[in-house]
Amino acid sequence: MFTPEMLESVKKVEATRDARMGMEPRRMTAEEKDTLLKKYHPDYRQEGFTEIKIGPNKGQKVPAELGHLLHSNSRILHEKIDLDKVDYDVDVLVIGGGGAGSSAAIEAHEAGANVMIVTKLRIGDANTMMAEGGIQAADKENDSPVQHYLDAFGGGHFAARPELLRRLVMEAPDAIQWLNKLGVMFDKDEEGNMVTTHGGGTSRKRMHACKDYSGAEIMRTLRDEVLNRQIPVVEFTSAVELIKDDKGQVAGAVLLNMETGDYMVARAKTVIIATGGAGRLHYQNFPTSNHYGATADGLILGYRAGAPLLYQDTIQYHPTGVAYPSQIYGALVTEKVRSLGAMLVNVDGEAFMHPLETRDVAAASIIRECSDHGKGVTTPLGSGVWLDTPMIERIGGEGTIEKRIPAMLRMYMNYGIDMRKLPILIYPTLHYQNGGLEIGGEGFTKAIDNLLVAGEAVGGIHGRNRLMGNSLLDIIVFGRNAGKAAAAKAKDTELGKMNLDHLEAYSKELEEAGIASDDISPLLLPKYARHER
Amino acid sequence: MEKMVNVFFFGKKYSVPADLTIMTAMEYAGYTLKRGCGCRHGFCGACATIYRIKGKNELKTCLACQTQVEEGMYVASIPFFPTDKRTYEIEEIRPDQRIMMELYPEIYSCIGCNACTKACTQDLNVMQYIAYAQRGEFEKCAEESFDCVSCGCCSVRCPAEISHPMVGLLARRLTGKYLAPESKHLSHRVEEIHEGAYDGLIEQIMQKPIEEMQELYNTREIEK
Repeated sequence: MFTPEMLESVKKVEATRDARMGMEPRRMTAEEKDTLLKKYHPDYRQEGFTEIKIGPNKGQKVPAELGHLLHSNSRILHEKIDLDKVDYDVDVLVIGGGGAGSSAAIEAHEAGANVMIVTKLRIGDANTMMAEGGIQAADKENDSPVQHYLDAFGGGHFAARPELLRRLVMEAPDAIQWLNKLGVMFDKDEEGNMVTTHGGGTSRKRMHACKDYSGAEIMRTLRDEVLNRQIPVVEFTSAVELIKDDKGQVAGAVLLNMETGDYMVARAKTVIIATGGAGRLHYQNFPTSNHYGATADGLILGYRAGAPLLYQDTIQYHPTGVAYPSQIYGALVTEKVRSLGAMLVNVDGEAFMHPLETRDVAAASIIRECSDHGKGVTTPLGSGVWLDTPMIERIGGEGTIEKRIPAMLRMYMNYGIDMRKLPILIYPTLHYQNGGLEIGGEGFTKAIDNLLVAGEAVGGIHGRNRLMGNSLLDIIVFGRNAGKAAAAKAKDTELGKMNLDHLEAYSKELEEAGIASDDISPLLLPKYARHER
Repeated sequence: MEKMVNVFFFGKKYSVPADLTIMTAMEYAGYTLKRGCGCRHGFCGACATIYRIKGKNELKTCLACQTQVEEGMYVASIPFFPTDKRTYEIEEIRPDQRIMMELYPEIYSCIGCNACTKACTQDLNVMQYIAYAQRGEFEKCAEESFDCVSCGCCSVRCPAEISHPMVGLLARRLTGKYLAPESKHLSHRVEEIHEGAYDGLIEQIMQKPIEEMQELYNTREIEK
């Protein structure tokens, strides 16, 4: 429950609620947004970044924590791995068991390939499972893929790769239909029309949802389909390095059994990196909405094998993470809460911005409200602003919250906060990696022609900021495409002699750049265990 | 000085700050979690946990990431539970009562003890959705089971050895695919795209210079 100080502020929020109902705060101009972002968005805090010292992106900016991992040593540099003893031999190896990896595996299987998923936790332990708000697709009368393109391109600061964005928007309706045919239960009215809402920065209501369990509903359906097809899923096993061959292709991966510590060798004609994001690296000490395994592993092993990164310096801070209570600090409060009508309100009960600006703008604006404006509400771990959730019931009628955002209601009720009656406290949380490994339209990396990337590990689909609902979309669109392309490519790939020479070469480059690190990467799991000695 | 409580992980006593969740308390105690930890925000069901408060008889189930520690809590996590998922081809099956009988016949052995509902970490009416499944009322079963995170606590406690999460999942897929009305606007748009209706327009917008795109974006009309 709230502290007495918080309850004082709640009174002010309640006092202005009537006046705020029905009014729409002004949206910022392009110039205002620009100034705000430069001053308050964490991507512009120079001390949070470092320079990449080696490899294809040498000289470029990267979050300090990711930079450290790129500059760390391979965990198998001094291990004797016998590559002649092949434990798994497949056409397509998918690294990662989230939405992108599962979609890829299903399509590769559909194309007749011998495909296997390897994942360091369980299939479905992924950011996909936690995506709440929805998935975009321009499938309504007043909308079009071109309009979707414009929204995403502008929202991403005109930096998305046009070829990737074209695929995202043009293949979106098809992605929704594919999911629907697999049995995903989208919110529909009695005539079958999809119930769609706005997200931050959308110009049409094209957010499709499955209550606020959108990602969970998609993920559990994909997982069920993978299991129905009896696609092998090797769980609690991480890929720790890619294996290459004497032709410069990838040829599989070295795997680590997370429980026994044993190494294994997987040989594959094509490899898909679908390892997701990096929230658990806690850039700039932000809390995160990400799952336990989000440690950028795929970026590390791809980069070591020679694949370039793109936009690795742009991170998405979701404007509304939980600020209070501390037990769920940093957990996601879906943007759908604002889509349904809740306003962002400061300590004095003032609506200080339009609730549906893009995520980067909203996050920067909240940070400004809590810092320079001094209008945040003090919490045990910092500060936050109100998200005026009782407005949702006023706008949509009693019961709207339970019907449309049951997960949010449940999460807060666990701590005695009834969001139907009281507003909730939020602050930005580390949510999404806008950048990642660079791919071409077919999903292959630029440097290695039988290595593919899909999902959050890709950079360039969204540019320098991502709109709500375009990530669930991209894992499906690019996951499926990667699966199909990998299966086709595997048919005409002849592997040569396998080796791990690139690890030696990388280590030498580090040494030549004067970098000596005792740490190893990929990280695999965050270091949360507290040890007194 | 922060308030501490005594908890027992697998029978071993630790003193931990009272405001932690079971999950963060285990990490505070020094555990590096591999199993029993997934999304950490209540959506994946990886951290199914069973506990009893010292001096009380009742066994409780919960998600470790969503539950605050209490004094005298004896905690055991359930790292894996052999839930029995049956495989099927979604294109081949149909939403009739027979399919449940074929795939999950044990649901008809339910003795109505309600242990599943009592064990549910999401407070769902699990026994009710199993009853709907028995009667072939898949839409109701789907709706009632919708918030399931497949933690498996229900199955752990079930004397009839039912794999409840799998039953709910089947009902939801049948509902999503076969029972919910078709979205005609969706099929229509997919057709249009396949026929190339937007090919020219998308090529055009991809070619536009940045300045023109900025102008288009900043002045675009936003649906109310």
